[in-house]
Amino acid sequence: MKLDSMYQEVILDHYKNPHGRGLRDGDAEVHHVNPTCGDEITLRVKYDGTTIRDVSYEGQGCSISQASASVLNELLVGKDLAEAQKIQETFLELMQSKGQVEPDDAMEDILQDAVAFAGVSKYPARVKCALLSWMAWKDATAQALGGADAERKTA
Amino acid sequence: MTQLPGLLDTEAIRKDFPILDRLVHDGKRLVYLDNAATSQTPRQVIDVLDEYYEQHNANVHRGVHVLAEEATALYEGARDKVAAFINAPSRDEVIFTKNASESLNLVANMLGWADEPYRVDAETEIVITEMEHHSNIVPWQLLAQRTGAKLKWFGLTDDGRLDLSTIDEVITEKTKIVSFVLVSNILGTVNPVEAIVRRAQEVGALVCVDASQAAPHMPLDVQALQADFVAFTGHKMCGPTGIGVLWGRQELLEDLPPFLGGGEMIETVSMHSSTYAPAPHKFEAGTPPIAQAVGLGAAIDYLSAIGMDRVQAHEHALTEYAVKRLSEVPDLRIIGPATAEDRGAAISFTLGDIHPHDVGQVLDEQGIAVRVGHHCARPVCLRYGIPATTRASFYLYSTPADIDALVDGLEHVRNFFG
Repeated sequence: MKLDSMYQEVILDHYKNPHGRGLRDGDAEVHHVNPTCGDEITLRVKYDGTTIRDVSYEGQGCSISQASASVLNELLVGKDLAEAQKIQETFLELMQSKGQVEPDDAMEDILQDAVAFAGVSKYPARVKCALLSWMAWKDATAQALGGADAERKTA
Repeated sequence: MTQLPGLLDTEAIRKDFPILDRLVHDGKRLVYLDNAATSQTPRQVIDVLDEYYEQHNANVHRGVHVLAEEATALYEGARDKVAAFINAPSRDEVIFTKNASESLNLVANMLGWADEPYRVDAETEIVITEMEHHSNIVPWQLLAQRTGAKLKWFGLTDDGRLDLSTIDEVITEKTKIVSFVLVSNILGTVNPVEAIVRRAQEVGALVCVDASQAAPHMPLDVQALQADFVAFTGHKMCGPTGIGVLWGRQELLEDLPPFLGGGEMIETVSMHSSTYAPAPHKFEAGTPPIAQAVGLGAAIDYLSAIGMDRVQAHEHALTEYAVKRLSEVPDLRIIGPATAEDRGAAISFTLGDIHPHDVGQVLDEQGIAVRVGHHCARPVCLRYGIPATTRASFYLYSTPADIDALVDGLEHVRNFFG
């Protein structure tokens, strides 16, 4: 069934057993909403120099947005900023691919569990759900590290 | 097939709607239950739109050539049809807009720029309700912010009705305008117009009714409502998008100032000042949505031939059936009135802790189209402590089989996320 391409087992696992959920100490906090559906996330980042010490979050939303936040936590915590940005950009590229990008080995190496969201990119209405936490992370990081053009909202 | 008293001959009606024959997702029958967002378009309306562009297309009110005269006659003929459909005392009380949002914004702006006794300013109050669509909240918030007027609202009871217990404190001598929805797009509630109008009239406030979810589904009589303004939109009542209606009482339309300026709304223009055309043209600046108005006229012909009382009876029977069937689904909670009494054919619900987006996605895979989210009525979601709902909404072509498909689909959703 086509639906299984969106609701991969790994996504449903992250949805039911989220990693790192709950708000903990952070250097910056952002609140992002997806105005079309009411998904919300509050996300904090904690940095040690340019190393991501923690990404903590609390939110409500669909399985895609919640699983995506869980995967983000699993992938980014412990990484250096440059590497994390590479992961974020690769995830963004995949999600904006409209289902046209077939992830190769290099992409799978970078994205790991996040590669399961490839199927979501075929559903325009759900791409924003998958990107919600990633845009929040980018915004929070810009604020924590003093980025000038922090994005305020996931448009 | 389930037979219910009051149902229309949907087998015949569905033949008028080509889109209902569409198969989606590899051959599944389309079960269209998103009528509160937009209704489907019958062949009779599509044909009129085609014919307009193929035979009569021209700008209105300004040419002397044959096409301009035909286009003008069709456009103004649509105004006559709308006036008759809502029992307006005069055709000049029917203003064409692009949608209900524009109609409501027009009222807010008329009052913001008006002289006494209509003027909304820092000494006055605006009253709305907590169950309004954003289109009947935000224009009033803007007006309140710009004028300093105080915005007040009626809250909701736990069973999805307006809490009018404090009506005398909410609507006071300071109230200039009370604007509320006749049928809620998210809760389905049909509101008690008479009680609100009576209190508004006592204090000399104007009344604006958002009839977007009423005009498509029940007989609408603006004289019986006793409101001062009534707004609705064409695309929810078998018409095209891009056409809305604002009905207003004639003496108000004469007194109140225009909002948008431009061609067509003037009498004379000099470089120093202008005088304005009489209503409704005073409020229709620029080239109007001509084909869309003509299409709305055709939609009104279509609905009137069936009869709005029969449409209402059909939907009431379906709603009763839907409430009964949905109550059999485990973990399903209806957000709004739990019975079909004083209730329209839009039913919002939650399903356990499965997010509505996920519910909608799995239903879509089965060919069932519902709306998920906050339905442009986020304060209602906040009131009931939920992030969003799933909403199924019916129309004259909906059938008990559609509702059975929904109930089966929801069972599938529960298994999928169980």
